[in-house]
Amino acid sequence: MSIQDLDLRAGVAWPSNGISEVPFRLYTDPEQYRLEQERIFKGPTWNYLCLAGEVANPGDWVATTVGEVAVVVARAPDGAINAFVNRCAHRGNLLCLEGRGHGREITCIYHGWSYDLSGRLTGVAFERGVKRQGGMPPEFRKEEHHLQQLRVAELCGLVFGSFDPDVPDLESYLGPVVVGGVKRVLAGRPAHIIGRSTQILPNNWKLYFENVKDTYHASILHTFLNVFRINRMSQPGGINIAENGGNHFSFAKLDYAAEDEDYRREALRASNDLHLEDRSILDSVDEYGDQVSVQILTIFPGMVLQQIRNTLAVRVLRPRGVDKSELEWIHLGFADDDEAMMERRLRQGNLIGAAGYISMEDGCVGGFVQRALAYNDDQSGIVMMGGHDAESQTFRASEAAIRGFWKQYRALMGA
Amino acid sequence: MDEQGLRLAIGELVAAYADCIDDDRIEEWPDFFVDQCRYLVTSRDSHEAGLRHGVIYAASRGMLVDRVTSLRRANIFERHRYRHVTGPTRILNIADGVAEARTNFLVVRIMHDGTSSLFASGRYLDRIAVAATPLRFIERLVVLDSQKIDTLLVIPL
Repeated sequence: MSIQDLDLRAGVAWPSNGISEVPFRLYTDPEQYRLEQERIFKGPTWNYLCLAGEVANPGDWVATTVGEVAVVVARAPDGAINAFVNRCAHRGNLLCLEGRGHGREITCIYHGWSYDLSGRLTGVAFERGVKRQGGMPPEFRKEEHHLQQLRVAELCGLVFGSFDPDVPDLESYLGPVVVGGVKRVLAGRPAHIIGRSTQILPNNWKLYFENVKDTYHASILHTFLNVFRINRMSQPGGINIAENGGNHFSFAKLDYAAEDEDYRREALRASNDLHLEDRSILDSVDEYGDQVSVQILTIFPGMVLQQIRNTLAVRVLRPRGVDKSELEWIHLGFADDDEAMMERRLRQGNLIGAAGYISMEDGCVGGFVQRALAYNDDQSGIVMMGGHDAESQTFRASEAAIRGFWKQYRALMGA
Repeated sequence: MDEQGLRLAIGELVAAYADCIDDDRIEEWPDFFVDQCRYLVTSRDSHEAGLRHGVIYAASRGMLVDRVTSLRRANIFERHRYRHVTGPTRILNIADGVAEARTNFLVVRIMHDGTSSLFASGRYLDRIAVAATPLRFIERLVVLDSQKIDTLLVIPL
């Protein structure tokens, strides 16, 4: 490596080598944002691309982004799922304009260059010229201009991609604990999409990803469960953090039978307290037979797999500038759901999403932080609840999973 | 009620609904619906794809009341108001005491600091009980043109 190859851009400086004091400038600095695109989203990470079911048949493709980078995910004739950049090798034009489609090849609208579904350049319009005039020079080789491919891996119907050919394999990257968390929700039953919407967040992407890992705020910011006296604060639970720090899941158990009993008792008492007129949004079944009513799982840098009672969703976080991001909610059900289960998932869907009783505040609180940091970002935030490390914990009043995020972030950013 | 009178009454229902929300009389909002109602906020994409999961879903008047209680007492958000602009209501069908109607709308969101923006556009697809007065919605599908919602949705559309 020559000195010219060394990337010496340091990014935002940290106050220490620790992960419990986080510089505010990380959320506001445009150069940091640019470095994150290179070192995190295009770095040795696995990014959620789509559900395998969205590219079920050869010829199906989906256009999405990894970080800000436009990519295409396609099912090739051989059945393999491929991912490659959505950028024509010729003049850089966007190849796929729609979100999804189907075809034997992908042809650029600009000058007609065409690619197969693994991203190989197969055709150049007028390659030999017109009437022997013009054309590409003789040294031009199509095989030198294939689209940049991503590595692709699949787990329980979730398709991931990585720009880094040397990234550890997906399951090693996730760690056995988080793999177990994914399998608990999705293994053995192909999930299908029952709804999707996107929430525009007026904040840096990291503020949302921290929020999802933040078990400290849940009962404080989201007052719905307390106001309606639904939550039992003593529910047993914990936080499991993968060794790399960035992947985790938190969980809580609920005694479903006791909740029903409480409800019956309360219904008898003529109470003036706040109560739900229609409790059916909480009508839950212990779908997994383990009494875990909440499991929030994150995969660094931008995916969440959520089970809250019987509402299941993949949330995909996409950075859209230093102070803006988009959060796509992909609501899931299973093919063997009966109508009662489907109705249950739809009703419980009121708990989550842009209008969710226990999630809507997450859409605005990051924006409040972002506004407070405007030109006032020279200090650090404090992430010390539950200590200074990123170890798994058996309690949830903790910021350990946030520290885990910064552990992996610092390792990748090299600062 | 003759058909002309019915058309006027349906137009009045749709307009009164918007005024109720824009005037911050949200407590009256559930009264626009029958007890066994269906209210769904969804997007054109989801609607056309037959995806049933919306952004807000209520299958009873009680669920609408709970939305109001939560908005007033539980949820945390920056104070804001809406201004609905509704287009003319087209009545698509009237049969067996039920009218089907469609109304296009724009909703401007006015934040407490005066920042105004176009928050939503779309159409109401309504089924209205017209056999008795006052008229009530049996079903109101709020089909948003976009699948993207800025920040959060707490005041009903």
